[in-house]
Amino acid sequence: MSGIKVNTKINGDPVEFMCEPDETLLDVLRNRLNLTGAKEGCSTGDCGACSVTVDGRLTCSCLVLGAEAEGHNIGTIEGMAHGEELHPLQKKFIEHAALQCGVCTPGFLIAAKSLLDKNPDPTETEIRFGLAGNLCRCTGYDKIVRAVQDAAKDMRKSNSRKGA
Amino acid sequence: MRYERPTTLKAAAQMLAKEKGQAFILAGGTDLLVRLRTGFIEPDLIVDIKGINGSKAIQKTATGFKIGAAVSGAELGEHAALKKAWPGVVEAANLIGSKQVQGRCTMSGNLCNASPAADSVPALVAAAAKAVIVGPKGKRTVAVEEIPVGPGKTSLKKGEIIESIVLPKRPPKSGDAYLRFIPRTEMDIAVVGVGVNVTLDGKGIVTKARVALGAVAPTVRLVPAAAKALIGTKMDKAALDAMAAACSAACSPIDDKRGTRDFRIKVAGVLARRAALIARKRAGGK
Repeated sequence: MSGIKVNTKINGDPVEFMCEPDETLLDVLRNRLNLTGAKEGCSTGDCGACSVTVDGRLTCSCLVLGAEAEGHNIGTIEGMAHGEELHPLQKKFIEHAALQCGVCTPGFLIAAKSLLDKNPDPTETEIRFGLAGNLCRCTGYDKIVRAVQDAAKDMRKSNSRKGA
Repeated sequence: MRYERPTTLKAAAQMLAKEKGQAFILAGGTDLLVRLRTGFIEPDLIVDIKGINGSKAIQKTATGFKIGAAVSGAELGEHAALKKAWPGVVEAANLIGSKQVQGRCTMSGNLCNASPAADSVPALVAAAAKAVIVGPKGKRTVAVEEIPVGPGKTSLKKGEIIESIVLPKRPPKSGDAYLRFIPRTEMDIAVVGVGVNVTLDGKGIVTKARVALGAVAPTVRLVPAAAKALIGTKMDKAALDAMAAACSAACSPIDDKRGTRDFRIKVAGVLARRAALIARKRAGGK
């Protein structure tokens, strides 16, 4: 096929793919690499369902061209759990029933992890602002905020244990 | 459509100048990709400028700060020295979109997208920022307010690229602020935006001021009459009233679903007053 050859790292693993010049990173992830965790909601950067990280920076994969991934590290929801061991945010989302239909959930988890990586002890307002780029039409957000607060608490505890 | 990622400005300018079809510059892509995906534009060529040396750099220079065209909003917000010197510019840039959008969006893109409601633009104009432009005929530097000429239209010629935005060095006792009105608390488009930048003397009297308005005219509006109302005062009530009136008088807004003409005219004055007081406080005034 015609197209652009792209070398990148996804969740730490070297990945090489071919894509069309106008193909988004979201389409590459879902249609070429079978990483379907990132969802297509609005395709205009408003809903956050396609959230990934590029070199650790939260972004909407629908607003990135696949070709732009060349030489960068992409983080997706598929890289969040360690094998069978879920990330604390994933566990707390289940525990708090912070999801219903689940379409927005991968994006919320990526965004919440990105928030907690920078700010391990956010206020409720900071959580709500930090997740303002992710839309959920089911939960009313409250359970999501509680899950993030609870996960942050657990992660702080486990980090201080590691530090001690 | 072709995608190119040149490593020099010269090569980028040549690609854009040579292209016979529709060519677009890609920095953060938060506007471009939306237009591309919705079929609003059908580019023949997209030139990604993020591979160009310096495009992702914030440099502190002898004359101020030089901000590469591809520096994201998030990177601006994490730059302590820039935030300290130009808090109003950084807060304006950080109001654009969500955290996800902040990871990519740029001030140069905000400027070149030429939306009348662009958040970072009034703050840049108040800051007397300049845009360094590289094109097939070399380099030129223009005041930021000369870039947008109408909604969606800029003064950039074929092949020209903004290389960087330059913020001047601050005199002591200076401060700036940006405020916008939106019906929500986050993630919305400005109904009115106001950038104010002031310098005070030892007694707290305003010696220099610039006031710029967004979303109240087809392009950003620098309001010299508003600045004049502040200069020589301690920003007492009379000075603030005069400045607010000058701001309202400078508006020629549209009526739309986000705000009526009358509302925008009134709110321009109200926000200018509040922004001026924040700028004064940041300048160390009382």
